[in-house]
Amino acid sequence: MGRLKYRWVFGIVVIGLWIAVSAVFSIAQETQAPQAFSEPVKAADAAAKEDPGKTPVPFTQALSDQIGGAKVALDTVWTLIAGMLVFFMSLGFASVESGLCRAKNTVTILAKNFIVFAVASIAFLVLGWGIMFGDGNPFFGTQGLWFVGGADNSPLTGDAYKGVYSSINWTGVPLWSKFFFQLVFAATAATIVSGAVAERIRFGAFYIFSFLMVAMIYPVVGHWIWGGGWAAKLGMFDFAGSTVVHSVGGWAALTGAMVLGPRIGKYNREGRAMPIPGHNIALATLGVFVLWFGWFGFNPGSTMAADAGAIGRIAVATNTAAAAAAISASITAWLLLGKPDLTMILNGSLAGLVAITAPCAFVSIPSSLLVGLMAGFLVVVSVLFFDKIKVDDPVGAISVHLVCGIFGTICVGLFAQDQFTPGTTGNGLFFGGGIKLLLAQVAGVIGVGAFVFTASMVFWKMIDAIIGVRVSAEEEIEGLDIGEHGNIAYPDFVPAMGRGTVIVSSMGENLKAPAGYRAAELSKEAGS
Amino acid sequence: MKMVEAIVKPFKLDEVKEALTKAGIQGMTIEEVKGFGRQKGHTELYRGAEYSVDFLPKVKIAILVPDDKAEKVAKIITESARTGKIGDGKIFVSTVDEVIRIRTGEKGAEAI
Repeated sequence: MGRLKYRWVFGIVVIGLWIAVSAVFSIAQETQAPQAFSEPVKAADAAAKEDPGKTPVPFTQALSDQIGGAKVALDTVWTLIAGMLVFFMSLGFASVESGLCRAKNTVTILAKNFIVFAVASIAFLVLGWGIMFGDGNPFFGTQGLWFVGGADNSPLTGDAYKGVYSSINWTGVPLWSKFFFQLVFAATAATIVSGAVAERIRFGAFYIFSFLMVAMIYPVVGHWIWGGGWAAKLGMFDFAGSTVVHSVGGWAALTGAMVLGPRIGKYNREGRAMPIPGHNIALATLGVFVLWFGWFGFNPGSTMAADAGAIGRIAVATNTAAAAAAISASITAWLLLGKPDLTMILNGSLAGLVAITAPCAFVSIPSSLLVGLMAGFLVVVSVLFFDKIKVDDPVGAISVHLVCGIFGTICVGLFAQDQFTPGTTGNGLFFGGGIKLLLAQVAGVIGVGAFVFTASMVFWKMIDAIIGVRVSAEEEIEGLDIGEHGNIAYPDFVPAMGRGTVIVSSMGENLKAPAGYRAAELSKEAGS
Repeated sequence: MKMVEAIVKPFKLDEVKEALTKAGIQGMTIEEVKGFGRQKGHTELYRGAEYSVDFLPKVKIAILVPDDKAEKVAKIITESARTGKIGDGKIFVSTVDEVIRIRTGEKGAEAI
């Protein structure tokens, strides 16, 4: 397209300027002044020292217990509500994925997103929690593995904690609250996979894979980073899970898409990518709004404490990144593709959310703006890239979760500032901390990538060998709703030929056997 | 008997129907179709993949008339469906061998 040639230059200049200005703001900002409300407390302490008789309220054990109990209660309520917000994200995922896929596959996509939460709930309960948070070795837990049954005296924390889930003893909430919160995160990682494998995966294959993923892959990675494993010991930080949740889901999604191959009709005989438009962009948009909403539980909730100083700031960092990414994605799509494709803008906001998930507690608000800006650009380019290398991802899950998950994790190493969560990350590269943190982040990314890619590839291949992962060509063309479930999502509606009739009109013209698929069977079934 | 089939722009359907019923036509059948003529389509992108928008929605109206009415009906349709812009449509007039009313079994001119 000739008209796009000069848009490249213009676009790079605009986005470059924007990034430069934001970078200047971000790096030049002052350290925040200490909280003003500590002054009256200091004055009261000084007055009490001078004249103890004038101290208004005796500080007894009972009073101390009352205050402590109130703190535990508040922390618990916040953690549980945040967990419920993350649960709600499952609806968001279900809506986005079904909205961006064809009507004939709606039931199967919803079924996958629904069952994955149930599967994750059980798998994490039975084994996942134990592997992730149980005391053990640097790679996985070995104690308290089954049914969250290990010894535990939460909500006691730190040195007062006596139990086998030491890695999560820092949060002062009871055990089942911790478990519930972590459970919904595991389910989120599993549901990410559903998007990339949509429209051609057998329901049973996805079912089995989800069990294996939440029981074994996700908790091992979680143990490395949140469970006191080798990555944590190396100094890698991932606050709410850009790596633990999103990149794990992303790697599994990538291997799934690779093993399955592209959908029939996605690539024509010349190898050009064909559009397969979603059937309900309204539903997809609703889904992204729900996800954005749920992320206000995902990120601020990861404090697992009603930490007034932190949770508001983290919520604003989350929102800022999402908004900045939506904007930069819209501009990138506008310039690269000629029009602001809404599906790209939706992916953009999600990219910002994923990218800020690791750094949200450690970075300033201007930094989160910058992270979002870059993530929005990255996701658009990434969607085009994966199409080019023939990895068919119907909803952009790999671009959003894998690519931006890695990017967000690296951003911790760049933008972290010690003042926000003191004594954890220290300062990142852009704030005088050198490359130590950055190297730890990179090491974690590489280790997690190698493990999840390999493990998930092995599981997919195993499942493919035993029951097969991909549906038959005939079923794929008819729509998986009938073949996999015997349901029709919209039985009252006559299926209409889409505006992109290039795909549907003459199947013989536009079919190209997907990589690794049995070509002879394909042409035989499609021609019948 | 002649079958007059007209492919028109969808938003013109009401106008054509009004004009025909005013002229005494008592029945018609419509289909929702897609099509294109000499006008070229244009290309669009969906998530970076190019597709061409060739087929535009149209409405196909089919009316059975006695031979002597065919030209008049075609003229009425032409006038009521015309916008002057590209894509107004076409009318096809063909000969029909037989027509039968299902309810009564009448054939020929009585069945129109």
